[in-house]
Amino acid sequence: MLEFKNVTFIYHSKEGETTAVEKLNFKIEKGQFVAVIGPSGCGKTTILSLAAGLLTPSYGEVIKGGGEFGYMLQRDALFPWRTVKDNIFLPLEIKKRNTLENRENAIKLAKKYGLGDFLNKTPKELSGGMRQRVALIRTLAAGPEILLLDEPFSALDYQTRLEVCDDVQAIIKNERKTALLVTHDISEAIALSDKVIVLSTRPATVVAEHDINFGGNVPKHRRESPEFASTFETLRKELGI
Amino acid sequence: MKNNAYSAQHALYLKKIKRNKIFINVTRFAILILFLGIWELCASLKIIDPFITSSPSRVIKTIGELAVGGTLFYHIGITLFETLLGFIIAVVAGYTAAILLWRSQTAKKIAEPYIVVLNSLPKIALGPLIIIWIGTGYSAIIFMTVLVSIIVCIMNTLAGFSSVDPTMLTLMKSMGASKTTTLIKLLIPASLPSLMNTLKVAVGLAWIGSIMGEYIVSRAGLGYLIVYGGQVFKLDLVMTATFILCLLAGGMYAIISLLEKRLTKLY
Repeated sequence: MLEFKNVTFIYHSKEGETTAVEKLNFKIEKGQFVAVIGPSGCGKTTILSLAAGLLTPSYGEVIKGGGEFGYMLQRDALFPWRTVKDNIFLPLEIKKRNTLENRENAIKLAKKYGLGDFLNKTPKELSGGMRQRVALIRTLAAGPEILLLDEPFSALDYQTRLEVCDDVQAIIKNERKTALLVTHDISEAIALSDKVIVLSTRPATVVAEHDINFGGNVPKHRRESPEFASTFETLRKELGI
Repeated sequence: MKNNAYSAQHALYLKKIKRNKIFINVTRFAILILFLGIWELCASLKIIDPFITSSPSRVIKTIGELAVGGTLFYHIGITLFETLLGFIIAVVAGYTAAILLWRSQTAKKIAEPYIVVLNSLPKIALGPLIIIWIGTGYSAIIFMTVLVSIIVCIMNTLAGFSSVDPTMLTLMKSMGASKTTTLIKLLIPASLPSLMNTLKVAVGLAWIGSIMGEYIVSRAGLGYLIVYGGQVFKLDLVMTATFILCLLAGGMYAIISLLEKRLTKLY
């Protein structure tokens, strides 16, 4: 579905050049939820930009198996001057697919995930968790195959964070989407994903890969299961913290 | 909140807010009345010379005379026309220029020193040139008005564009939005509050421009009345024109404030 083959990316600035990622190799299968964890500033966002094609690798290649990308960011970035409904329509408008059918599908999706009563509200009237859910539905509205999640929960307070994180994972699994999540939160990565990729400090390269399959696919069960702590420890050591 | 069952404490709180609002309004009005009253009193008791300072009653009388003579609305109309047209041209042209400069960072860098110089130059220095180039009609005054207010429109609009949330820009980019789409869907609506501020500043500057223009070249308008009144020592006329200017400038500002309240409710 998505494969990084020996990907190196170098940022150029007046002060010099920085190698953000170096010889990065990993693969994501269709329907997989993959988390990439790494220390702060190790080039996680660069990986997403490379995957989305916003950046082109300096060396190596990113192989995509078709389908579009949907991006979900650290903050919801909902437009305050638009209603929830019109925020959800935004990608349709931009991708010039703003047909009645597509709009109806987006509305259906929003209703399916509990936003029915909020469609005509403005973002200001919503709680932080609800706003992030709107942001997810907005991402899904254009019908992407792969979701790229850039620490989408880091701006939320702890309690909301747990809720929204489970919520988002459930929606993504339910819609059978492939997801690539970058985060620096180890427990979030373990709770949500099928595979965790551990990165080194900058320039980022893959330190280890772990398939996670205990506790079913439910984040809550994962957190409660006995393997959670040991996996956490392993990942923590690999991150070197 | 449609909750009518307020607690006594909340009712007291609301009452306090209301009382404070009334106090502010009453005091505002009282200061004006007091000022006008003292002015009138001093003038009629000859503490100050009403020939030089005029007085509220003389201003009212002058307004009456001008209104009867039919020239009042003529002068007001001319100045209003010059100011409004200059203001509109400055805002539209300034906004357009800002969009063009935003589209090309290189163009922005090239234009920067010119904008800075033009911004700090006292526009009245260009008076003689404007008269020679454009003539002594309305167009010269409108040109002056545009000149005085356009730079602020360009700079504020650019500042408004660059203060748009970077996350929102990333979002647009991730959806593959073109520069034009980003401008229309994001920058223009997102910078609406900043546009409203720009309008407020620009309208004040437009008044400066039009009155300054009238000082230099005009044969009619409120600025002309002030200059003419000063030259023939009819200070009642000067005060009257100034008073009307206050009303008009205040009124235009209020209209923009109202518009702002309406349009930026969601932000």
